[in-house]
Amino acid sequence: MTMIFGIPIQAFLGQLLVGLINGSFYAMLSLGLAIIFGLLRVINFAHGAQYMLGAFAGYLLLTWFGIGYWPSLVLVPLIVGVIGLVIEKFALSRLYSVDPLYGLLFTFGLALVLEGVFRYYFGVSGNPYPTPSLLAGGTNLGFMFLPIYRGWVVVASLIVCIGVWIAIEKTKLGAYLRAATENPRLVQAFGVNVPLLLTLTYGIGSGLAGLAGILAAPVYQVSPLMGSDLIIVVFAVVVVGGMGSILGAIVTGYILGLAEGLTKVFYPEASSVVIFVIMAVVLLVRPAGLFGREGA
Amino acid sequence: MNRPNALLSVDDLHAWYGESHALHGVSLDILPGETVTLVGRNGVGKTTTLRAIIGIIRKRTGTIQFDGKDLMRLPLHRTAHAGIGFVPEERGIFASLTVEENLMLPPVVAPGGMSLKEIFDLFPNLHERRNSQGTRLSGGEQQMLAMARMLRTGVKLLLLDEPTEGLAPVIVQRIGEVLAELKTRGMTILLVEQNFRFASRIADRFFLMEHGRVTAAFPAGELEVRMDLLHQVLGV
Repeated sequence: MTMIFGIPIQAFLGQLLVGLINGSFYAMLSLGLAIIFGLLRVINFAHGAQYMLGAFAGYLLLTWFGIGYWPSLVLVPLIVGVIGLVIEKFALSRLYSVDPLYGLLFTFGLALVLEGVFRYYFGVSGNPYPTPSLLAGGTNLGFMFLPIYRGWVVVASLIVCIGVWIAIEKTKLGAYLRAATENPRLVQAFGVNVPLLLTLTYGIGSGLAGLAGILAAPVYQVSPLMGSDLIIVVFAVVVVGGMGSILGAIVTGYILGLAEGLTKVFYPEASSVVIFVIMAVVLLVRPAGLFGREGA
Repeated sequence: MNRPNALLSVDDLHAWYGESHALHGVSLDILPGETVTLVGRNGVGKTTTLRAIIGIIRKRTGTIQFDGKDLMRLPLHRTAHAGIGFVPEERGIFASLTVEENLMLPPVVAPGGMSLKEIFDLFPNLHERRNSQGTRLSGGEQQMLAMARMLRTGVKLLLLDEPTEGLAPVIVQRIGEVLAELKTRGMTILLVEQNFRFASRIADRFFLMEHGRVTAAFPAGELEVRMDLLHQVLGV
């Protein structure tokens, strides 16, 4: 058997793949968090719950209405996104004039309520979501066995992240978003409807979390607590990347996923803390994060 | 008393920064096509007056009529659509946008604005550097950009806060030329300016501000005879 650093190459690449999958979800989730934080200055603690909501929306569409994976891939982000629009419009937007802490507390409370409701109706045990038949099975790459769905998750996440990044960097709406992130009142004084922009941004951020949720459904179990398991890591990703940095959130998501996977190979005991160790080191060396601007 | 044909008419305008009462009943009016200058010492409320008119300061009372519309009732993002452009003192160039993106950022609010080509003819430097990051420009270029981006939008009134502050004389002269050009195109300009010599070359009228209100108003022609008063109040 081929060995690499004294470890069977299959095990090594297998963990690397697991890391890449986790990194794909970290990247998608921290991207949404970064966009929301950048413009709204709200630390969206409900992001994990919205990810869970996405997985459940897909699960319920399937079990109640027989709507399968592919339509759900479009429907779920829309559903979770619209719920996000409503939350921003009727609750979050009322908190901008007070201390940012209220926005954090509100979204934290919202996350607890959402998780509580789903726990009440569905219990804490996971519900399986079948892998779509088109992506079932796996393929032997010669050096390792790749489940096709997992490969798809990595590709889909890359497409989403790059797509969102291009939309922010290259479109007019993206220019509004970037400018309003720097100076919302001046952009509004220029005649841009910034309150609407805030609502849309929260909706898009929530929709991204929902999309991550439906992508995750066939990989992980659909359970009410799947979001809270992930969200703390995702916050660490955002901090390492630099609060509000879009590119930082994406790149750091993948890197930390891989770092976690590699740690599982070489020193499994540390794999659940390695991300937080990296966060601590980054905060010591670069308090604004790897991609953050000092004082921004 | 404000004149009925005024484009902008401000009456008994009060404004607050939190608990701090900054404007104590500002009244002024501007006729279409006029260039007027607010003069006064630091801290008398000149910048605050501009910020209250555009609506960035929300804690305000009094009346602001512009082109027949009541600006007090409009949300901040509707004020620009009434036809007012704002060039802030700090210039407000966005670091995360290129020069061209900065230029294209403010929405067009009315027909009659300059085309991108006309703007680049007026500001050739901006064309050369259109792909640079906005804040990589020199201070003078940033000021040009802050003014240029308002010219696309078709606004009728330009609120200009200290456009010459901290700039080299040759740039100040260039800004004067641009303002003169805008004037010939019929733009109405409300200028806050410390540089008295600069202001005296382009202004049609002056408003003197003291302690959060306008205490004197006179046409540019009376500048000579008012010089003693101005020296006394402004300490220049």
